[in-house]
Amino acid sequence: MKTRTAKKTGGYLLNAVLSAAVIAVSVMAPDFGATVKGVTIVWQLCYFIILSCSLNLVIGFLGQLSLGHCGFMAVGAYTAALISLAFQRAGFYTDKGGGAFLLVLVICIVAAGILAALVGVLVGIPALRMKGDYLAIITLGFGLIIVNIINNLPFCGMDGLSKGSAASALYANGLGFVAGQLITWLWLPVALTILSVIMMYMFVRSKYGRAITAIRDNEIAAAASGVNVSHFKVLTFVVGAFFAGIAGAIFSMCSSTLSTASFNFTSSSILNSTFIVVMVVIGGMGSLTGSSVAAVLLYLLNYTIKNGKWVSVLPVFLRQLFAYPMLVYSIVMVIVIIFRPHGIFGTYEFSLYNSLKRLFSKRRTAAAAKEVTDNE
Amino acid sequence: MSNETSPVLEVEHLGISFGGLKAVGDFNLEIAPGELVGLIGPNGAGKTTVFNLLTGVYKPTEGEIRLCGRRINGMRTHEVVAAGIARTFQNIRLFSQMSVIDNVKVAFTKDINYGLGASVFRTPRFWKTERAIDGRAMELLGIFGLADKADALASALPYGQQRKLEIARALATDMKLLLLDEPAAGMNPTETAELLACINIIRDRFGIAILLIEHDMSLVMNVCQRIQVINFGQTIAAGLPEEIAVNPEVIKAYLGS
Amino acid sequence: MGAFLTALFTGLRLGSVYALVALGYTMVYGIIKLINFAHGDFIMVGAYALFFTVPVLRAAGAPAWLAVIAAVLVCAAVGMVTELAAYRPVRKTGTNMTALITAIAVSLILENLAQAIPAIGPNPRTVASIFAAGGISLAGATLSWATIITIAVSLVIMLILYSFTQKTRLGRAMRAVSEDKQAATLMGINVNSTILITFAIGAGLAGVAALMYVAQYPAATNVMGATLGLYAFVAAVLGGIGSIPGAMLGGFVIGLIYSFSSAYISSSLASTFVYLILIVVLLIKPAGILGKNVGEKV
Repeated sequence: MKTRTAKKTGGYLLNAVLSAAVIAVSVMAPDFGATVKGVTIVWQLCYFIILSCSLNLVIGFLGQLSLGHCGFMAVGAYTAALISLAFQRAGFYTDKGGGAFLLVLVICIVAAGILAALVGVLVGIPALRMKGDYLAIITLGFGLIIVNIINNLPFCGMDGLSKGSAASALYANGLGFVAGQLITWLWLPVALTILSVIMMYMFVRSKYGRAITAIRDNEIAAAASGVNVSHFKVLTFVVGAFFAGIAGAIFSMCSSTLSTASFNFTSSSILNSTFIVVMVVIGGMGSLTGSSVAAVLLYLLNYTIKNGKWVSVLPVFLRQLFAYPMLVYSIVMVIVIIFRPHGIFGTYEFSLYNSLKRLFSKRRTAAAAKEVTDNE
Repeated sequence: MSNETSPVLEVEHLGISFGGLKAVGDFNLEIAPGELVGLIGPNGAGKTTVFNLLTGVYKPTEGEIRLCGRRINGMRTHEVVAAGIARTFQNIRLFSQMSVIDNVKVAFTKDINYGLGASVFRTPRFWKTERAIDGRAMELLGIFGLADKADALASALPYGQQRKLEIARALATDMKLLLLDEPAAGMNPTETAELLACINIIRDRFGIAILLIEHDMSLVMNVCQRIQVINFGQTIAAGLPEEIAVNPEVIKAYLGS
Repeated sequence: MGAFLTALFTGLRLGSVYALVALGYTMVYGIIKLINFAHGDFIMVGAYALFFTVPVLRAAGAPAWLAVIAAVLVCAAVGMVTELAAYRPVRKTGTNMTALITAIAVSLILENLAQAIPAIGPNPRTVASIFAAGGISLAGATLSWATIITIAVSLVIMLILYSFTQKTRLGRAMRAVSEDKQAATLMGINVNSTILITFAIGAGLAGVAALMYVAQYPAATNVMGATLGLYAFVAAVLGGIGSIPGAMLGGFVIGLIYSFSSAYISSSLASTFVYLILIVVLLIKPAGILGKNVGEKV
């Protein structure tokens, strides 16, 4: 029985080395001649990946349709921005480099996650009493309420962060990184993303993951097996919200303005709760790998559409279609749901270690088989 | 500290009404440790309702339920399970998208004492607990002959084995009383005989009390020490199997007069 | 007094439209237990249909409101296509959640298609006014004729729908399907056709709602349906989803809440109040004011 729950040290080691390598590359980004434009893409990919994976915890693993995920992100974004601004105005740090700034950074990120998580509790508790359809509407409502409230808070919406000199002050001296700083600080979102995805993966491969997939598959049987359904439901919302908050912190670091218009349900930008749902559905509900891959693919698709890269490639009648990314995505989503409801990856999680092992053992058995036939 | 002879389950004047309909009324039952009691009656008599009342799915409108002396009225389902009652369902309720062994492992959730931090950072405590659970789950699967299918998808099992898996999962909760709701439903004679053997193994090995709802009379007469019969939510007879078999009220309830 | 009356009349104006939309929502939900997120967008479709047909009728000298026929037909067609192309295939293979996600996708497709098709296009289109201006005036506030007509129309439709579902064979078939699809099949009811007709009727109602909406708020944009649909859904839930009188009641309550919170508290927070009402209702009495609770068999 040793192999059943072996510590999987091989896999962990490989992943640790890979992560370190990726982070190292991002630290040395300036030396690789990275451009601000290219680096901005990576920053944005980072928070989309975190958003997609964290929403998958609620939609894919717990099986509850949550439509207000970007509300949590907004909470995180504003928290991080405001705290950094407060510190900066209090004179705690002046430039983005010293130890003081680093400390503020850590505080902002953690606070963003925690505050978002608290809001997650507020959303999760009413959500306990509802079934599927109603839950979806309630989370949608909450997402809109959160954004609406932020809009009406004097220090956020009105003359706080999205208008006037306060905004530019924030992003010249507060948390927001500009131009060259985006390159030198690239390692931060990359490290945060890797860390977040790993943490979510650990969450899923434990009693927590088992409990919430049990709730998804058969809530009554889960309760009859001793699972405290309410506790795990709220917990999943909270964990999902926490990471959405972290994603929000990253967003506020790399965006030149912070305004609630970006977080709306039917916004024309892709940063809205629906788009994250599309990512999760297409990637595979129940696969963190799927969410990450879908996030990257859909982001790049959107980027190339917005930059008109498809116009030359497509026949004329499709060009008008591709002028509106959300149209493409929603059609793709319907096709995916009808023909491949489990998404691209289903519940499969990619493990580099396992894939390599299989590759090498195939080679070994092929070599052994060849030996046998040679000797005959 | 309950002593050996005090009852595992005491039910007094249990009842519930839905709107104007009294689904179960004045239901009394006592089960001693290790006893196997059968609950029979025609379809719609209220047997599953009794199970739902005992496991906190419904809240009784009258009466009292005590498990090893402890009042469990109004407790939520998972609290009832923690107190020591486990059940299976009339229509098998498995976690269809999870593996066979994970289905069993879910039932250990309440006994696992590592937290979020331990899971995320994979502490030694995490690994120790996971190994232990894996061992116990495999052991349970072994009893039911499902060990070789541990990693298969639960929905891929044939019907008879799905039923066994459901029972194995219930056993994993470490209960004092097991409620089996028509375990032999949809089974052919071979599968029913296997089920009978399983029930006997469970009794020998775990020494738990069992309350069994069943329509298959051969199974009921063979394995139950006592039988209680209900019809229209009311108890119409209770006693030894031989007595029940010839009780005119029981015969009337099943066959009409 | 004037301010109160203005708020009241505005509330009735909004509420009348919400009630009409909620009627269609609740009917479809009652039958197939799916929140049709695209319902609001059916109204958008109807509004654009009106945008094209009202001038034609005007030029021919006919009353503008006859254009509702075109709107109803177009909406019904769109509704049926949606059911056939998107909802039915997913109902066969998917879960409740995927059905809901599909509904969201359909809503997005409709909204973005309207943006993409050049004849409709991303800019708002103004629909020529349909009813005569003016109305009943009290203390400086005016209850417009359009509003009064809308209320009347909603009441009439509510009565028609109610007797239709209670008395006619098709209506009974619809109710049977909503209670138990399998049993309905066994009774010889063609479930798929019944659902298709339900969609046609529900979407057709959206066409009527479009007329009433456009009569009071003459602009048509591609996103007009989204918020409208959401508020109407809140109204339907508040009144008791599946209950036709409930939809009417809910519609007016939501309209009044929005109007009064807008006037007396803050217009930017009004939407928050509407959603808060939804949350409170679902927490305290999920069946809504006039609805009934159905549990799950264990």
